[in-house]
Amino acid sequence: MKPTPFEFHAPGTLDEALELMASLPNSRAIAGGQSLMPMLNMRLVMPDHIVDLNGIETLKGIRDLGATVSIGAMTRQRDLEFSDLLRARVPLLNEAILLVGHRQTRNRGTIGGSLCHLDPSAELPTVCMAMDATLVAINGSGRRREIPMREFAVDLMTVSLDEDELLAEIHLTPWPAPHGYAFVEFGRRHGDFAIASAAVLLEMDNAGIVTRASLTLGGVGVVPIRLTAGEALLVGSACEAPLLDAVAAEVESCDALDDPAYPAAYRTRVARRLLRRALGVAIARATSERVNS
Amino acid sequence: MTTSLDMQKPVTIRVNGEARSACVEDRTTLADCLRGAMHLTGTHLGCEHGVCGACTVLVDGHSARSCLMLAAQAQRYTITTVEGLADNHQLSVLQQAFRDHHGLQCGFCTPGVLMTLTELLRDQPDATEDDVRLALSGHLCRCTGYQNIVAAAMAALKISRER
Repeated sequence: MKPTPFEFHAPGTLDEALELMASLPNSRAIAGGQSLMPMLNMRLVMPDHIVDLNGIETLKGIRDLGATVSIGAMTRQRDLEFSDLLRARVPLLNEAILLVGHRQTRNRGTIGGSLCHLDPSAELPTVCMAMDATLVAINGSGRRREIPMREFAVDLMTVSLDEDELLAEIHLTPWPAPHGYAFVEFGRRHGDFAIASAAVLLEMDNAGIVTRASLTLGGVGVVPIRLTAGEALLVGSACEAPLLDAVAAEVESCDALDDPAYPAAYRTRVARRLLRRALGVAIARATSERVNS
Repeated sequence: MTTSLDMQKPVTIRVNGEARSACVEDRTTLADCLRGAMHLTGTHLGCEHGVCGACTVLVDGHSARSCLMLAAQAQRYTITTVEGLADNHQLSVLQQAFRDHHGLQCGFCTPGVLMTLTELLRDQPDATEDDVRLALSGHLCRCTGYQNIVAAAMAALKISRER
């Protein structure tokens, strides 16, 4: 199908874009367009105005700020994939990015677009939830608002941006090296939306005791889910198998999405297995990194 | 709906090394602009939501779905379509390999597949069969079972490396 008629605007600066968004009724901002364009073509959204963010250079790029890494909202998934900085400092993101769509969609798709679209099974929101990312929004009067990912992801494909705000930056705080990490997912074909995914981050002390843990599920709930009870169980443990099984069992208590193709019970079962697998990978990595460092 | 929304406007897009102008609506996708307004019908349109890969073109040298970009947006970039691969009537190494290895049957998916593999040949000259299959995962082909496409790609990679 083809989109319904709309007027196209291509601002060159963020200020111009914010002004357009504030003044134009029924407008939508377009980032990489890898989700919005299908929705336009299928007439699931019918805006009167499209504001193109692709010409705003200040929204692009990956910067090392020392304690944090700042990623412009219009940075393409391709640039995340090939970033030496992210590969070295945020290996979880590097592992996840190769599961985002295909080469042809990563070449255009952006991190900000993926976060604002907030598909429940999308990888980048899951990574940002796992990393406790801070998202920076800017509004028409130039006010910067920092939003923790847990507050940004409100509900199914719904984010906490105000109508006059655009997402400008994503701040990630890399976990110190060495740490364990894993991102695993299951879908019916490569590049399909995942039925479920699991992201694990682990820090261990010299004795192999977990000192910090982050466990996140994607595709299971309406937004990525942090398993806080499982994280608490892990910290202070030596990752014995029965404990890991108990950690993975927390998945059963999640309120899982339910549809005819993938009933909640199936999603939950897949997610539980994925989490257990991700835990194994992250622990192995944390252990070998610790031994080698 | 106001009439101004479906007004046709001029766009100029650099396609295959040549600036081409056309009048299209703001909602016109790059794919429709190429095929309809610019008569470059080599680029095919399948699903129109980014899944099948038939409409893949190169945007500043990188593969992308032309159904997921507006013609107006494409004015920022240099576009390469399948018509831009052959040098006059001399097929590219990849195109010749497709011919030699029977890498197509009905040919519907072929223009998109060629664009993705053109990017792969340039960016990953040492690509393995797994790399080729991964790149092809963004394309649907209902005829070949992919086997001859992979064979053609591997042959083209070998020839390119030896040159």
